Amino acid sequence: MKLSLQSVHKSFGSRRVLDGISLDVTEREVIALIGASGSGKSTLLRCINLLEPIDDGRILLDGVDISEPGLPADAIRRRIGMVFQSYNLFPHMSVLRNVALAPHKVLGIERNRAEERAHALLTRFGLADRAGSFPDQLSGGQQQRVAIARSLAMEPEVMLLDEITSALDPELVGEVLDVVRELKSTGMTMLLATHEMGFAREIADRICFLDRGEIIESASPEEIFERPRQERTRQFLQRVTDAGRM
Amino acid sequence: MNATVPGMSDLPGTGASGRTRRQEFERRQRRRSIVIASTSTFVVVALLVILIPKTPGWYKVKRSFFDGDVFSTTFPRLLSAFLKDIQIFAWCAPCILAFGLLIAVLRSVRAPALFPFRLFAAAYTDVFRGVPVILTILLVGFGVPGLGLDRPYNSPYLWGSVALVLNYSAYVAEVFRAGIESVHESQRAGARSLGLSSSATLRHVVLPQAVRRVVPPLMNDFVSLQKDVALISLIGPIEVLRQAGIDKSKYANFTPYVGAALIFLLLTIPETRFVDWLVARERRRTSGTAIR
Repeated sequence: MKLSLQSVHKSFGSRRVLDGISLDVTEREVIALIGASGSGKSTLLRCINLLEPIDDGRILLDGVDISEPGLPADAIRRRIGMVFQSYNLFPHMSVLRNVALAPHKVLGIERNRAEERAHALLTRFGLADRAGSFPDQLSGGQQQRVAIARSLAMEPEVMLLDEITSALDPELVGEVLDVVRELKSTGMTMLLATHEMGFAREIADRICFLDRGEIIESASPEEIFERPRQERTRQFLQRVTDAGRM
Repeated sequence: MNATVPGMSDLPGTGASGRTRRQEFERRQRRRSIVIASTSTFVVVALLVILIPKTPGWYKVKRSFFDGDVFSTTFPRLLSAFLKDIQIFAWCAPCILAFGLLIAVLRSVRAPALFPFRLFAAAYTDVFRGVPVILTILLVGFGVPGLGLDRPYNSPYLWGSVALVLNYSAYVAEVFRAGIESVHESQRAGARSLGLSSSATLRHVVLPQAVRRVVPPLMNDFVSLQKDVALISLIGPIEVLRQAGIDKSKYANFTPYVGAALIFLLLTIPETRFVDWLVARERRRTSGTAIR
């Protein structure tokens, strides 16, 4: 098991955001988390990356409990890549420096070497000509591709994608999803929170429907979309269909 | 851009001049603004030039503040005394930047081991922002040498400068802190998710953005420091204000003060223009579109 969540609980004040989440992710598996806003998808991803401490339960990476308080979080985070809805690129650095920063500072790779590798990654995603640009000079789709490259530069074992197309204009969504498809083809283990149902269906090996901090249903895309077993899943999918998002 | 496109001038809304209606409108607006601005400036300046000399005391004021002979004799002396001000400014400014930044960082770090420093930093800014510069200079400048230190450690230059550094660092620390807090949480999340430690995040991600953002308010503080250096004259050193005072007494004329004021302006005006330029350049460099 690559990643294993065991009865994870998380509250913000008196509000329960994650209410006993258990989930096993095998190597190379792609899991899509779907559910309404506020259902806990983003919080779950942030907890896995230790950006938020969990209140109860365990998060195992390769069988080791990484949620144990006091463990060196920085060392664990470099094994887990995360891409955010609003890109979170560093606006004061060129695209190339954005990608090369962490390998240079965290992994201690020599700067020239780190920039060479960054260049190779940017080339892979069709961004080589933007290496010298600053994030604000790029389109949203390009910025998100840079953010994915930046995360990949650390050669993570698992990637967490937090609604990475939600801030994009519709015509820019495709180029970002292409990158995710390419990642899947390389065998990357991924957890993605998404509102793109069509994409979730296409790319995920398994889909988890979250509601009020619980995994209501977890099954293959066909089962979730064709034969949902839970009433709440059916209602959610109906709302999505009514809104014309499917 | 347009009018070079073939057939462009045939489009509706494009006049014989090859400009669009919008451009024609903006041209008219611009001309109108220029005419209004220059007329009103002319009227105001003319009124001042005509009216002020008509006041009953103008003759005396002119003689005691704007005496050409006194000005030309004292100005070179003032200039060389001003070198002292520049010197003091030049060693105070980097100390203030470093110390202010240190205080600001100490105040934003949450590690429990650093709690005493955080407390110290908070107390420090409270005290030194609360005491007038002039009092800090008098207390430190007369107080510390009173400990019986030997030369050169009893120099008023030294302790006057220390007083300035103490006082200004408190302000500069608050400016830096505001800058640090203005960097959005998502920037920290982005950096930490890559495995950067909290100190690496502060150093490479938060501080560079914070510092860029606070350059304009910071420069305000430094322009004001440039002027407050003159307050050190109170505890002895002969810098430009003191020199102007000496010359004032010598010639029984206030013109040296006007000369000293001119010297300050000669430095502070270009300084502020330079910063405006720096800020504009940075904005052009990092952003796609500039909103006028």
